[in-house]
Amino acid sequence: MAATSQNISVTAPLASAEARRQRIGFVVMVAILLVAPFVVYPVFLMKVMCFALFACAFNLLIGFGGLLSFGHSMFLGTAGYICAHAAKEWGFPPELAIVTGTAASAALGLITGLLAIRRQGIYFAMITLALAQMLFFFYLQTPFTHGEDGIQSVPRGTLFGVIDLTSVWAMYFTVLAIFLGGFLAIYRAIHSPFGQVLKAIRENEPRAVSLGYSADRYKLLAFILSATFSGLAGATKAIVFQLASLTDVHWSMSGEVVLMTLLGGLGTVFGPVVGALIIVAMENYLSPFGAWVTIAQGAIFVACVLTFRRGIVGELAARFGSKGNG
Amino acid sequence: MEIFGVPTQALFGQLLIGLINGSFYALLSLGLAVIFGLLNIINFTHGAQYMMGAFCAYFLLTKAGVGYWWALAIAPVAIGALGVVIERLMLKQLYELDHLYGLLLTFGLALIIQGLFRNEFGSSGQPYAMPAELSGGHNLGFMFLPNYRAWVIVASLVVCLGTWFVIEKTKLGSYLRAATENPSLVQAFGINVPRMITLTYGFGVGLAALAGVMAAPIYQVSPQMGADLIIVVFAVVVIGGMGSIMGAIVTGFGLGLIEGLTKVFYPEASNTVIFIIMAIVLLFRPAGLFGTPK
Repeated sequence: MAATSQNISVTAPLASAEARRQRIGFVVMVAILLVAPFVVYPVFLMKVMCFALFACAFNLLIGFGGLLSFGHSMFLGTAGYICAHAAKEWGFPPELAIVTGTAASAALGLITGLLAIRRQGIYFAMITLALAQMLFFFYLQTPFTHGEDGIQSVPRGTLFGVIDLTSVWAMYFTVLAIFLGGFLAIYRAIHSPFGQVLKAIRENEPRAVSLGYSADRYKLLAFILSATFSGLAGATKAIVFQLASLTDVHWSMSGEVVLMTLLGGLGTVFGPVVGALIIVAMENYLSPFGAWVTIAQGAIFVACVLTFRRGIVGELAARFGSKGNG
Repeated sequence: MEIFGVPTQALFGQLLIGLINGSFYALLSLGLAVIFGLLNIINFTHGAQYMMGAFCAYFLLTKAGVGYWWALAIAPVAIGALGVVIERLMLKQLYELDHLYGLLLTFGLALIIQGLFRNEFGSSGQPYAMPAELSGGHNLGFMFLPNYRAWVIVASLVVCLGTWFVIEKTKLGSYLRAATENPSLVQAFGINVPRMITLTYGFGVGLAALAGVMAAPIYQVSPQMGADLIIVVFAVVVIGGMGSIMGAIVTGFGLGLIEGLTKVFYPEASNTVIFIIMAIVLLFRPAGLFGTPK
């Protein structure tokens, strides 16, 4: 017990320094995102924000729950399909279509989460991968997704009946608002008592259980939260690009989000955003060169695992004296 | 003649395809299980190594004129040797870390290998001629059995049971099982555990390459041939549980058969049936059919 109280007294000032750093980081990020569309192609930035939100949601699970999902494409893709279908076939306004898509992913997260949390570690990764592959085949065969074509020319519609999203600027700031909202919500979840318990379970599950926490309930809740925000990213992406396709449910998408988070820094607050920016930029840049994108992704995986496992943000935070949660 | 309204020809035809697929599931999940037992990593590169085995046979035939039977021996050794290099250079650094890093590393390697082959050969498949000795087939009365397919099933059964025998019944196998339980104690008895780990990885990879050579005349040789297959094999491994060698073999063949039957009776689900079985097994026996709960 003495050790615990000592720990608290040591970490308290550190934690507040860390919080200050993160607040500065957040302000810088918002400033960049406000100015960037005047310099950089806004559609590219919207893509980055969608993937950044996706990676942040994924990070909630791996970075704080210690659960490596290799099937997160199913949440991105499911929300995309449902949102696109709702907007195009049912004539839902964009805000309602996005909510519907996100809710579908949350429900899927509940079902798959109940199955996946029954095993840990490597098995957890294989189970989520297999479940995602099952959904891939389902979407490949079911008629409403239009197979290889995907759901095309999804209407962007009018947000809340007043903002016309066909304008790039309206769309950009809508995506920015969704991204920042999602980012802050995830940040809040991580730094709440819930997030602390989740970390405790990751560090030492039997001990957390012996303290009276129901580990499975926390893991399931983390899984559903992660699925929900991944869904929010996927639904938004479907509205932005007016498209929902098989690419988003394919296993390579699950690999990509792992890569973004790993490169940026597992368990860091800003890592997934940085990782998403780099990977999306790389894909844009390398896309004329065919399979070189895959090779570059593989090489980054290998380099990250062998040389800088803390990721870019994690390494920077470690260099500047933080505990690696920067 | 019909059974449950399905012509027997079609039924046995699909069962045969099921057994063929099952042979590959068994060979690949066996390799994964052997590697996992000692290294505690899931070898995501397994699918790419299977693909490299097939390409190795293809190169031997087209570039050097070396036929199927030699390829059956050369490819596993060559790809296994590559595996040994990977283990020495990279995997070795990860044993002290969380097992998930091994998964991430081998996933990255699979992306690199598949990307390189796709750059060179595109996504289309290259045909590989069936060995002349095994062309043709036999009419069994109720169905036509191509010789090559019969050979694949028998060969993979022999390899699987041989591996089981070596691991469960020989002295070498007992060292291996002991090292799985407690590597430092086995090391203290004067057995070179690091070398054993390296060779085990090489052997598991060799099994994948062997499966690749056997698959080459049936499926076309293409850069993506292992990518989707490996995900199914992961599901097979989850269903069987990685604790038992025999479990991996039985589950592999069994699921191949079930998949074949699904193609006959409910084709829409044939792609997904293995994943559905996985979900059901997880509900009732989370440790897998042959696994022991920890």
